[in-house]
Amino acid sequence: MQILIYILKRILQTIPLLVIVSLISFFIIRLSPVDPLAELRLNPSVSQETLQKETQRLGLDKPIIVQYGKWAKSFVKGDLGVTSNGEQVSSKLKERIPNTLLLTVIVIFLTWIVGIPLGIFAAINWKTPFDRILTVLTSVGMAIPSFFFAVLLLIFAVKTGWFPVGGLTSANFADMGIFSQIKDMAHHLVLPVTVLFTISLAGLQRQMRGNMLDVLDSEYVKFARAKGLSEFKVIFKHALRNAVNPLITLLGFEFAGLLSGAALTEYVFQYPGLGRLILEAVLKSDINLVMASLMMGAIMLVLGNLIADILLIITDPRIRT
Amino acid sequence: MKEVLSQLMKDKFAKIALIVLGVIYLALFFADFLAPYTKDFSDRSMAYVPPSKIFTIDENGRFSKPYTYNYIREFDQKTLEMKYRLDRSQKFYLKFFSKGQSYKFLGIIPMNIHLVTVAPEGRLFLLGTDINGRDVFSRLLFGGRISMTIGFLALFVLFPIGLLYGGISGYLGGKTDIIMMRFAEAVMSIPSFYLLIILASVLPSGMTSIQRFMLIVVILALIGWAGFARVVRGMVLSIKKQEFVQAAKTIGQSRLGIIVKHILPQTTSYVIVAMTLSVPSYILSESGLSFLGLGIQQPDASWGNMLKEAQEFTNIIYRPWLLTPGFLIFVAVLAFNLIGDTIRDILDPRN
Repeated sequence: MQILIYILKRILQTIPLLVIVSLISFFIIRLSPVDPLAELRLNPSVSQETLQKETQRLGLDKPIIVQYGKWAKSFVKGDLGVTSNGEQVSSKLKERIPNTLLLTVIVIFLTWIVGIPLGIFAAINWKTPFDRILTVLTSVGMAIPSFFFAVLLLIFAVKTGWFPVGGLTSANFADMGIFSQIKDMAHHLVLPVTVLFTISLAGLQRQMRGNMLDVLDSEYVKFARAKGLSEFKVIFKHALRNAVNPLITLLGFEFAGLLSGAALTEYVFQYPGLGRLILEAVLKSDINLVMASLMMGAIMLVLGNLIADILLIITDPRIRT
Repeated sequence: MKEVLSQLMKDKFAKIALIVLGVIYLALFFADFLAPYTKDFSDRSMAYVPPSKIFTIDENGRFSKPYTYNYIREFDQKTLEMKYRLDRSQKFYLKFFSKGQSYKFLGIIPMNIHLVTVAPEGRLFLLGTDINGRDVFSRLLFGGRISMTIGFLALFVLFPIGLLYGGISGYLGGKTDIIMMRFAEAVMSIPSFYLLIILASVLPSGMTSIQRFMLIVVILALIGWAGFARVVRGMVLSIKKQEFVQAAKTIGQSRLGIIVKHILPQTTSYVIVAMTLSVPSYILSESGLSFLGLGIQQPDASWGNMLKEAQEFTNIIYRPWLLTPGFLIFVAVLAFNLIGDTIRDILDPRN
């Protein structure tokens, strides 16, 4: 019961946060001298009627505070307006967000599966050649600019022909059976996942190594050792649980970093995700789309932090009190 | 501080990293002298020329002073490809410390001595040329000036803001603290790269390159201050309970005076570590932004916008020399990271 109240409180806290986020993004975008409907006006396939509706919906003839109010109201209702091509923003987002989520979830999953054991082994073998080599490798992984690494992998893909370049699906995707569809997507995902995995693995491994070193130094681990427990039991039964907890808090930040890193990677690989969508929207100064995807990015980030917090409550009983 | 530096030099990796960075910054400082060409020099007939071949053995098999040949661009009618052939009719000897294109050293002193040049009709492209026939090697040096300083400049804008914001929020506490921290958290809740590209796209066109450079510095600072302010606030919360703060209060110091003069100086060591650790991330952000075409604009060079050309398949496969800025970013960021890691280890109380 106590946990439920805590979780509920935590969820309620995100609401003012999102309101401030929306205020910040709204004013940044409206600071620009760009006419939000310029593209729409120039597009001959967009009818006068749609234009009229948009002007009304955004309240462009009213002061900026009223505009924000109108925008917020329609956002909550789920009406996100139309893109400069006259498409519905919401359908565009529905198409892109799952792709970005797919990419980031796979990457987080892989980094945890690989990064945690590597961090533990590095901490156990502290200052041995194994630890040194890992430190050097992770430094290299952290220093490669994501877009540059992506470009290098593209060269590799083009030269060997082993991987498809760009997109998430092949041209004949619709005609495939369900299994070949999954295989096709996995094939397309290999390169973008590799880029993001390399970059985020380094950070996680280091964090885990640091935490483990801290915990191994603590009194209760010394006590467990003095008690005569086997080293295996000391590490995996006693030390690991406490070393992983701070990482759960970091999960939210990791998610944030991935969303940002993914934008450039998506751009290079022409991956149909949220990052590329917002980039294209920015370049076309498609205000509705920019605003909506910015909010979606923020909501995903806030939700990521929320999930991390809730997980932490479940794993770490000390937080509940 | 001296102690940290001497310990830094004891660490093998950190020492190498310091030397590498030293060499890079020296080279950027003397860029005008080291580069065979000025920043804006372009030879339109020489687009995408491969790196000049330098010969030290002449056609008779004897040693000679180093020399190079110009390239000739030809369109092959059969394969429909652009071919580059050495024009062996005329040798151009490399001249060291001799007169070349004139420039202003550090923007003030007019000079025309270059480390290495060739006769005016000859072309010396150590790392080939780009689409406009500009020397990649020279532009690497000039672009580096922007890429390698922008991170530091952003930090100089960001740190005072973060320190003051975190200091005030932590010291005053109560409702002010809650409101200020909620705002900082909101800024942190926007994925930083999304915010970055949006701010960059809001910049009006038609600015001079200096204005644009300064605004990008400000934008980079706007992204980073919130996280920094939050950590500072946490530190201030524990510092403000100490006795010397009480003492300052009793002698009637103003609140701002206490924050700026007594509390914030206590955070110096953290600030230094945070600084060395965050420089590389700003170098990466700038290069990413310029890579997308939203950062430093042509004709100015930065390592990021030079890599923009690497977005085309034909370029990355047939003209690998266009990728050199990427390797430099990598080396610079790696060196900064190694130094940052070592400093963190040195200041770690566990050691």
